[in-house]
Amino acid sequence: MVTRISRGELAARVAADIPDGAYVNLGIGAPTLVADHIPGGVEIVLHTENGMLRMGPAPDAAHVDPDLINAGKQAVTELPGAAYFSQAESFGMMRGGHLDVCVLGAFEVSQAGDLANWSTGEPGSIPAVGGAMDLAIGAKAVYVMMDLLTKGGRPKLVAECDYPVTGRRCVSRVYTDHAVFDVVEGGFAVVDAYGDTTVEELERLLGLSLKDAR
Amino acid sequence: MIDKVVEDIDAAIDGIEDGATVMIGGFGRAGQPVDLIDALIRHGAKDLEIVSNNAGNGDVGLARLVQLGRIRRIVCSFPRQNDSWHFDAAYRAGEIELELVPQGNLVERIRAAGAGIPAFYTPTGIGTQLYEGAEVREFEGREYVLVEALRADFALVAGFRADRLGNVVYRKTARNFGPAMATAATTTIVQVDEVVPAGALDPEAIPTPGIFVDRVVPVGWRPWMPDGAFAGGLVDVNGEPVEGAR
Repeated sequence: MVTRISRGELAARVAADIPDGAYVNLGIGAPTLVADHIPGGVEIVLHTENGMLRMGPAPDAAHVDPDLINAGKQAVTELPGAAYFSQAESFGMMRGGHLDVCVLGAFEVSQAGDLANWSTGEPGSIPAVGGAMDLAIGAKAVYVMMDLLTKGGRPKLVAECDYPVTGRRCVSRVYTDHAVFDVVEGGFAVVDAYGDTTVEELERLLGLSLKDAR
Repeated sequence: MIDKVVEDIDAAIDGIEDGATVMIGGFGRAGQPVDLIDALIRHGAKDLEIVSNNAGNGDVGLARLVQLGRIRRIVCSFPRQNDSWHFDAAYRAGEIELELVPQGNLVERIRAAGAGIPAFYTPTGIGTQLYEGAEVREFEGREYVLVEALRADFALVAGFRADRLGNVVYRKTARNFGPAMATAATTTIVQVDEVVPAGALDPEAIPTPGIFVDRVVPVGWRPWMPDGAFAGGLVDVNGEPVEGAR
């Protein structure tokens, strides 16, 4: 019997691995939930690629400032010690290897660590990439946070990506609702499986052979 | 005496001809020079090539320019949004050409143009369909793709305050593309909430020094600022409009 955890529990699981003092970029969508689960006593600095460090939580409606938004164009706040900077500097922080951790959502991650999260490749869809390709290669550790399977039951950890890739060999670790996987030489290694979930059960769900690194 | 202030916004955008390449600052609505875009719409220039991060939000500003069919080609990173209906319609109708560029490469191409760098190697996008066929080179064991600088005839930028010398400061995350775009155009036009006397800005903190700026237009306090109400409004984590931000 496999054990699944909720999205909030998954965010907490990711947050538990982010070291004190880390500079972190949380991608649009579910990864933003990680900010709510940083353990007490741990201080991290949130980077938003539209040009800010020490980003704070959403304001109440009375304090919405249209000049102060995150990469998802949501209203945010500044914490004491915040810094604003241009786009060129902001993306230089990524390419230059200054960010410690980036947490992203994904459609698929391949055994080689290829990430697909920017386009479904559907004919007729309007493409948009934003900062996805920059983020994919933009941190010392690139964590993916996603469900293990699609709603239709299709594995999102794959031998080769079917969706158009965002970056090659860029993902270091994948946090899912079933287990946590490292991308290692030769495939995925299970570093944590929730409850009584076994590596064999995960292999059956994914149709991939997995290393046990628990 | 140097005085780059142009009080009449319609005079400020004079010289933008049909077919011109125009950079437009902003990330979503933050930093979008809406008043300058409105002036450009009144001016009537068409067949424009636009360089901007997005392709318009809601019905105003860049979105209105798209709706009116003034844009032939757009270079941007993130055209598709929940309120980009005018771009979506024009794109689907084949009325607008799109060059999609990852955001960091987009701004670095603009920065490079302004800094006299004709092309550079970047790790972003290597091995993806956006750079199929591009020139690749290996440095220190890692592959990079060659991209070229991106310059424009005009840059339209929104700052917060400026002085008569063209020194510009920005406000919070509205800075975004302004400093890079201001350097990369033949003529840079900046709208600001207010013009202050020379010496009033802290010379230690000038993101856009006046050498990059040709014209400064005071547009007054943006009326949507106090209550946060503006088109292309803020959305929460579920994509729902933030209350108070319309």
